[in-house]
Amino acid sequence: MADNTGNGQKTNGLPRIGFYICHCGSNIAGIIDVVAVAKFAETLPGVVVSREYKYMCSDPGQELIAQDIKEHKLERIVVASCSPNLHEETFRKAAQKGGLNPFYFQMVNIREHASWVHENKAAATLKAKDLCRAAIYRVRLHKALEKRRVPVNPDVLVVGGGIAGIHAALTLANAGKKVTLVEREATIGGHMAMFDKTFPTLDCAACILTPKMSAVKSHPNITLWTYSEVEKVDGYVGSYEVTVKRKPRYIKEDLCVGCMECIEACVFKEAKVPDAFNQGLSKRRPIYIDFPQATPKVVVIDPATCINVKTGKCKKTCVEACDRDAIDFTQKEEKVQLKVGTIVLATGFKPFDPKKSPHYGYGKYPGVFTALEIERLVNASGPTSGEVLTRDGRHPKAVGIIHCVGSRDEKTNKWCSRVCCMYSLKLAHLIKEHSGAEVYNFYIDMRAPGKAYEEFYEKLLSEGVHFIRGRVAEVTDWAMTKEEEGKLVLRVEDTLAGFVRRVPVDMVVLATGLVPQSDAGDVRRVFNIGCGKEGFFQERHPKLAPVNTFTDGVFIAGACQAPKDIPDTVAQAGAAAAEALALVDAGFVELEPNTSYVLEEECCGCKNCIPLCPYTAISFDETKKKADINEVLCKGCGVCAAACPSGSIVQNLFEDAEIYSEIEGVLAR
Amino acid sequence: MSEKQMQPTEGSKPKGFEPQIVAFFCNWCTYTAADLAGVSRMKYAPNVRIIRVMCSGRVDPQFIMKAFAQGADGVLIGGCHPGDCHYSTGNYKCLRRMRMVQRILQRFGLQKERFRLEWISGAEGDRVRAVVNEMVEQVRKLGPLDLPGKMKKLDEELAEHEMHVEPAREAAHV
Amino acid sequence: MSEKPKVAFYWCAACGGCDEAVVDLAEGILDVVAAVDIVLWPVAMDFKKADIEARPDKSILVSFINGSIRSSEQVEWVRLLRKKSQLVISFGTCAGGGGIPALANEFSREEILKYVYETCPSNVNESKVRPGPTPVAHNGDGSALTLPELHEQVRSLDQVVAVDYYLPGCPPTPKIIAAAVGALLSGKMPPPGTVLSPDKALCDECRRKDSKPADLSLAEFKRPHQMHIDPEKCLLAQGLLCMGGSTRSGCEALCPEGNMPCTGCFGPTSRVRDKGAKVVSAILSNIAADEPEAIDKILDTFPDPVGTLYRYGFSKAMLRRKQDD
Repeated sequence: MADNTGNGQKTNGLPRIGFYICHCGSNIAGIIDVVAVAKFAETLPGVVVSREYKYMCSDPGQELIAQDIKEHKLERIVVASCSPNLHEETFRKAAQKGGLNPFYFQMVNIREHASWVHENKAAATLKAKDLCRAAIYRVRLHKALEKRRVPVNPDVLVVGGGIAGIHAALTLANAGKKVTLVEREATIGGHMAMFDKTFPTLDCAACILTPKMSAVKSHPNITLWTYSEVEKVDGYVGSYEVTVKRKPRYIKEDLCVGCMECIEACVFKEAKVPDAFNQGLSKRRPIYIDFPQATPKVVVIDPATCINVKTGKCKKTCVEACDRDAIDFTQKEEKVQLKVGTIVLATGFKPFDPKKSPHYGYGKYPGVFTALEIERLVNASGPTSGEVLTRDGRHPKAVGIIHCVGSRDEKTNKWCSRVCCMYSLKLAHLIKEHSGAEVYNFYIDMRAPGKAYEEFYEKLLSEGVHFIRGRVAEVTDWAMTKEEEGKLVLRVEDTLAGFVRRVPVDMVVLATGLVPQSDAGDVRRVFNIGCGKEGFFQERHPKLAPVNTFTDGVFIAGACQAPKDIPDTVAQAGAAAAEALALVDAGFVELEPNTSYVLEEECCGCKNCIPLCPYTAISFDETKKKADINEVLCKGCGVCAAACPSGSIVQNLFEDAEIYSEIEGVLAR
Repeated sequence: MSEKQMQPTEGSKPKGFEPQIVAFFCNWCTYTAADLAGVSRMKYAPNVRIIRVMCSGRVDPQFIMKAFAQGADGVLIGGCHPGDCHYSTGNYKCLRRMRMVQRILQRFGLQKERFRLEWISGAEGDRVRAVVNEMVEQVRKLGPLDLPGKMKKLDEELAEHEMHVEPAREAAHV
Repeated sequence: MSEKPKVAFYWCAACGGCDEAVVDLAEGILDVVAAVDIVLWPVAMDFKKADIEARPDKSILVSFINGSIRSSEQVEWVRLLRKKSQLVISFGTCAGGGGIPALANEFSREEILKYVYETCPSNVNESKVRPGPTPVAHNGDGSALTLPELHEQVRSLDQVVAVDYYLPGCPPTPKIIAAAVGALLSGKMPPPGTVLSPDKALCDECRRKDSKPADLSLAEFKRPHQMHIDPEKCLLAQGLLCMGGSTRSGCEALCPEGNMPCTGCFGPTSRVRDKGAKVVSAILSNIAADEPEAIDKILDTFPDPVGTLYRYGFSKAMLRRKQDD
């Protein structure tokens, strides 16, 4: 460690600045000449201490700052290291430890924005100098600021009632927090409720999920709102105001006991509506319940097909059949307001639409199924009571499972959906078990990286399931030989054997990948969070903040963040719940002091700023005839500061003068 | 290497004109995207200097004027995609202003490639690389703007005058 | 010679309105004249340059200089006055920010001279004679006739000599002139560099302020001749580009009182560095469009952006002039 402690340097009335540049091992020092930057910084006016150090974020690094503040009477600190998104807090605390206001600090991002993105050492070092000069110019103008403390409403909103939402809600409720769980469908359970078994243990999905679903329903701390959607979220971390749309199910939830007499009594003697829960493989009536364990166990009337809802002209045999008078056709859509402090988003995924890969013949050949359809077919409570049958009622003798449909594919989605290899193995096992058919898996790579997953693969290999390595080119009914007649033929290059195979089967299963919900874009805008290119919700940091978002107090869990299996989903849901708990139990959050304020004397009352604030934080004081910013409502974007025509609004931490000095600094060469 | 020297190009000897681009990136999207480009070790031209603001709506066109006046050869603004602003609508305010800024800059004689507004989400590290590289190349082709130099040269008409009218007088305060 | 303080008035590139403004003090001018000795006032009194040159340095208490600086002669004069004066007051918006003459900065000197002396359709100038420091003609006695050199750049006064105070306005109003003279004579001047007018924008003293809605969203900009202007309502709210919100007050909203929008002659407040850019930042944030094409459509109705935004302060624009890029 070389010290450049600026012997006897005069600061000419400028604040005394300590400058520190971090090697970050070789992450920074490998590209940027940190010694040269430290020497350079020392020559800048106001800098009285300039050091380079191996790891500034380490305890000794932080201690160094605190010590120097005391020893050299430092009044400002600049640290050149990584992104402020990582360590700004660390160094602010170090400054504070030395007795300095933490906002007398400025961070320079020379790792993410320089050493990691440039190869030319001289150019990167020059850039680092420019950026450091800007920070040194800027920090002189910094002001002492205080973080704002706002209380956290202890109630939590969980959005999405799949396994992620269920687990998060239960964890929070068990910790004694009041939770509102909002689910769009008529029942909670999500995709997991549709599954028959779960890999690799093959436990029955219903057996492990149902108890959790009932626990949600009966938990005194959980309010369950199904058939409901979040429409609007206002406020900020600690006090969100949520508007929930509750769709009419035309059933009084508190009266219905789920006897289903009404369903039998429906004027539709035959079920005619495709049953979405069974992937359209069976039919239901306009009044229905998704599955026997639906939670809440309350029927629902589908307004699109119920004659009474549509025309008002029905005998209403269902009403007669209900001895509890639970059916109520007068129900209207309701908007309910809710106040919570934190939010867990667990809105899940949707399966890839295989019609987007038409060469696999989905929708064209009745023998082609999606994996989720097979889940329902092999399920004892499914449309065939667990029998594996083609759409025309035949028992398949051979079944082909095509992996990576809508995954790892340049033409559709590039990402690996992570669960398809494993669920394909599971389905292969179940199909074989239920039908005795020969099962062929067509895979690109077998991905089995979870606990006991590889072993499950081994087990399937030993069960006589066939594995052919190759991406299927097409599924066709064009027979080239006698044996192929009446069959579906999968044409594939066997990349291990090195030739093209034609495999005739009776049933094709498409292992469809996981994609974001169709309305994921709208949903994330409601909650003010970002998404990646593929549309899955964006976590704050892929490793260090995987369930946080860029909006404080909003956490994400499960497949809405990225494809993942049940164990990972549950783990993430627990993590999201824990993050929410951490805020709730602290009772308050500290917010960045980067709010704006009006210079009261200077404000001319032109009202230009008022319509610009998205949080209605700016009001017009009719007595003083001036604008006034409510600091609690201000989120610190600075739009008003930029838009004040007379320059009479100041944004803390981003004052005009501070930004000008940064501009001067980067260009001062 | 002295401060006065030109920056070298990536992977080559120092030579020729290296543009200086000042970028104003919003904290939530484009600054994060630049972080992501770093974490992903994407390599791009070293000519850009990023200044962080909370929202692209904080970018006062005065900052752009200041950057050019101070010697920037180009100014780049990065914000969240329309509809995705962390502060709901700040990027629209930015867009409204910048459409006019572009017109004004052209009236001031600046080539339009010197000023650019881009929407780059936090997930688009590769877009930071592509935009910076492209802009650096475009500005390199335009050559230096060098307003400080031009202004200094312009003020020589005062000095010249001084030479033959009032040689003894001390320099004017400007 | 009397012991009364010496005062000089001088005009550079200006319309004469600033000198008129001094006369507009009406009877007040008599008090001023009684209190001071005027040693230079080209528009009203006959003094020569030699008279000023003959004075000792700093012997003039204050020089009020109006007009922007665009010729070698003006540079020479203001340097002379700076040398001979204790205080220099930039008088009016031309001296302060370049004013209307500085709109010439949107063109090169060559473009201007070429048009004025060559291509302008009403010209007859076959030998393409241009005025300038090079002798272009002879007086009857055979001596050369030379003219001052026109500069490439039109400058504010403080871009040529140090300025102690600024009186803004096109022209400064009698009220702020009287206040400045009063302060000067009583020795109660604010810190050097101050603009002698409230550092608060004009809406503050505009009668129409209360009629401005708090949710203004502008769908188009109109020019005064295109509409009937409501004499009570906020002009910006009527779609007129009123710059009151970004312009220093002190004029008591003279233009809005006369049913015309503020065009910004008092210049920006001290917190604004580039008025044109700031107006863009402020007013255009509130236009009623989010799509580029729709925004452009509204901007198309914005009259002469550079000329409007930098009407009085082009010399102080950070970019300073039209560049040859």
